[in-house]
Amino acid sequence: MQTLRRKDILGLEEISAEEINLILETARSMREIMQRKIKKVPTLRGRSVLNLFYEPSTRTKASFELAQKYMSADSVSVAGTSSSLVKGETLKDTVRNVEIMGIECVIMRHPVSGSSHYLAKNVEASVINAGDGMHEHPTQGLLDMFTIWEKKGRLEKLKIAIVGDIRHSRVARSNLWGLQKMGAEVVVVGPPTLMPPDLAVFGVKHFVDIEEAVENADVVMALRLQKERQESGLFPSMREYAELYGVTAQRITRAKDDLLIMHPGPINRGIEISSELADSPQSVVLEQAASGVAIRMALLYLLLGGIKE
Amino acid sequence: MKPIFITGGRIIDPASNFDDNADILINEGIVEKVEKGLKPPSDAEVIDAAGLVVTPGLIDIHVHLRDPGQEYKEDIKSGTRAAAAGGFTAVAVMANTEPVGDDPSMIHYTYEKAAGEAARVYPLGALTKGLEGKEMAELGRMKNAGAVGFSDDGRPVVNGSIMRNALHYASGINAPVIAHEEDPYLAAGGVMHEGAVSSVLGLKGMPSAAEEAMLARDLLILKLTGGHLHIAHVSTAGSVELVREAKAEGLNVTAEVTPHHLLLTDRLVKNSGYNTNTKVNPPLRTELDRQALWAGLLDDTIDAIASDHAPHHPDDKDVEYDFAPFGIAGLETTLPLMLDEVASGRIKKFTLPLLVKKLTSAPARILNLPGGTIKAGSPADLTIIDLKREFIINPETWYSKSRNTPFTGKRLTGAPVYTIVDGLIKMKEGVVSE
Repeated sequence: MQTLRRKDILGLEEISAEEINLILETARSMREIMQRKIKKVPTLRGRSVLNLFYEPSTRTKASFELAQKYMSADSVSVAGTSSSLVKGETLKDTVRNVEIMGIECVIMRHPVSGSSHYLAKNVEASVINAGDGMHEHPTQGLLDMFTIWEKKGRLEKLKIAIVGDIRHSRVARSNLWGLQKMGAEVVVVGPPTLMPPDLAVFGVKHFVDIEEAVENADVVMALRLQKERQESGLFPSMREYAELYGVTAQRITRAKDDLLIMHPGPINRGIEISSELADSPQSVVLEQAASGVAIRMALLYLLLGGIKE
Repeated sequence: MKPIFITGGRIIDPASNFDDNADILINEGIVEKVEKGLKPPSDAEVIDAAGLVVTPGLIDIHVHLRDPGQEYKEDIKSGTRAAAAGGFTAVAVMANTEPVGDDPSMIHYTYEKAAGEAARVYPLGALTKGLEGKEMAELGRMKNAGAVGFSDDGRPVVNGSIMRNALHYASGINAPVIAHEEDPYLAAGGVMHEGAVSSVLGLKGMPSAAEEAMLARDLLILKLTGGHLHIAHVSTAGSVELVREAKAEGLNVTAEVTPHHLLLTDRLVKNSGYNTNTKVNPPLRTELDRQALWAGLLDDTIDAIASDHAPHHPDDKDVEYDFAPFGIAGLETTLPLMLDEVASGRIKKFTLPLLVKKLTSAPARILNLPGGTIKAGSPADLTIIDLKREFIINPETWYSKSRNTPFTGKRLTGAPVYTIVDGLIKMKEGVVSE
């Protein structure tokens, strides 16, 4: 089996379509392991992984930890509040101290964009970016693509509308790069204040009208909206956001019949997406969470160059 | 004090429009003679400058020496040695020290500590008390103590009325006000230029408008008050245009630009993989801005080149991008970087005499400093340059305590070989005297 010829996974901007294909194919066989009664393979036995989370996370952290367990890797998890970040130790010192204990791969979530690049330059261990500031969240992008690929059988020529706070979203950035590399058409919808400056650099079209944006769409992906964006004056209120940009059944009538509804979670029900839609048969929100484990198993396998079973 | 005799060099003195081979005799800290075919006195130290260029001592009017308060980053001793190593005979230093240089005692401190060091140090006073932008500092008392200008550099003066009063008042004591143009609300939280690159990197941007809006305001205030306003580190195409129009209108405004804004763009933040040595305020802008800065420098909209030497300890920069302080150290790189632009011919019309003007007579005129020229009777501050010298930027060899430059490893052509301050050789062949 092939492996990835790279030390780190920092973002989908720098990953090729060929590599993405390899990751998705590998994730498919990993998902098969997850469906077994005994979900454990010895592939990464004796390999050590550090989960370093400087920001709170439920599903990403659980998903990485489960992936490590299913692959028989040894792992330790360090969370933000208990970490040395608050003690004033530098990131470099923290990770070098743990690395010397035998860590071969570091999974890191961090509030500052580029921190995974910084870490990767300073350690020999592989680094997987589990979300850095507003920059990228490559494993989320990959699991979203995997979910769509499983449901639709392809990514090429699909139309995907991403709705919401593109500007501050690392999930959006990873999806914009990844999906377009795989031949999908991506459009973005939301208030102009929540669009990144010079949006054209991402090669996508911006709409302010959801109904128009989802015309013939195969997928609608709503993003989480953070309350602090309203507090910093980017839009007037959560209820106004819901009224103008919330994804509801009435707004998606011009999309394809087999439209998929996605959300990276956690959902603000009734704000980004109506409860009715989130729980509808079209919604693949839970499948996304399941895909996450498969994708992360695949990445650990490909990066640590697992020995064949 | 031994006389110094510099023979056979090409002397470039933009202040007197002189560009020819001649000999220079220096005695007791003063340029005694500048003539062809002079004979050296028997006791003189002779410098053979054949094939070299002799210029007035270079003056850097925008420097942070962190002294007092942050001497682990830089101090007056290390900073003046860095200046001499870089060919500068004089630096003007900003008041954002700890405590802030907003009092005559701080002006005295700087002069006393710099006495006898490797370069002259001219203190700039704070424009407002504590750099807080609320109350005017004692500009007149600081001027009497020797402050050469006033600035809250690093921080904008947010309140327009305070800027108005400070400019108006400073006009009465014939002192320039130096403005760091930035609307702090528009730039809030930004760590790089706002644009396509910041969007891709997910870093918070500072829009060009943050600089231009504040600059436009200050130019309008200047029209109201008169006085001399100097614009620090102009970085955008829009700012160049605003200064150009203001000069055309006859306003007493001058401007400076840094080598990093002339040579680098925001793309480097990405291409360097978030290297924190690219983090500087104002931020590295776009290629369009960079081109406009060159055009402004060439047509004299921008009067001078200044380094904005902002030294930081390596540990301060060895952190995540958002956590790193702003600043690039420039005293030991500015001249070689600019000489290389002349040598390469990349910028048409950027000639050696023009470069010398931007580093000598122009900055001297902005701050009304002595020096900036070579003529009989002027202070013996001189820089001797080898235009063909190969120079590689290597911060490990710096006299500065800092290492923060995005130019590490750059191979350049042209470097200073002598720095003479007050008739004393402070730097010879890159080595600063003890």
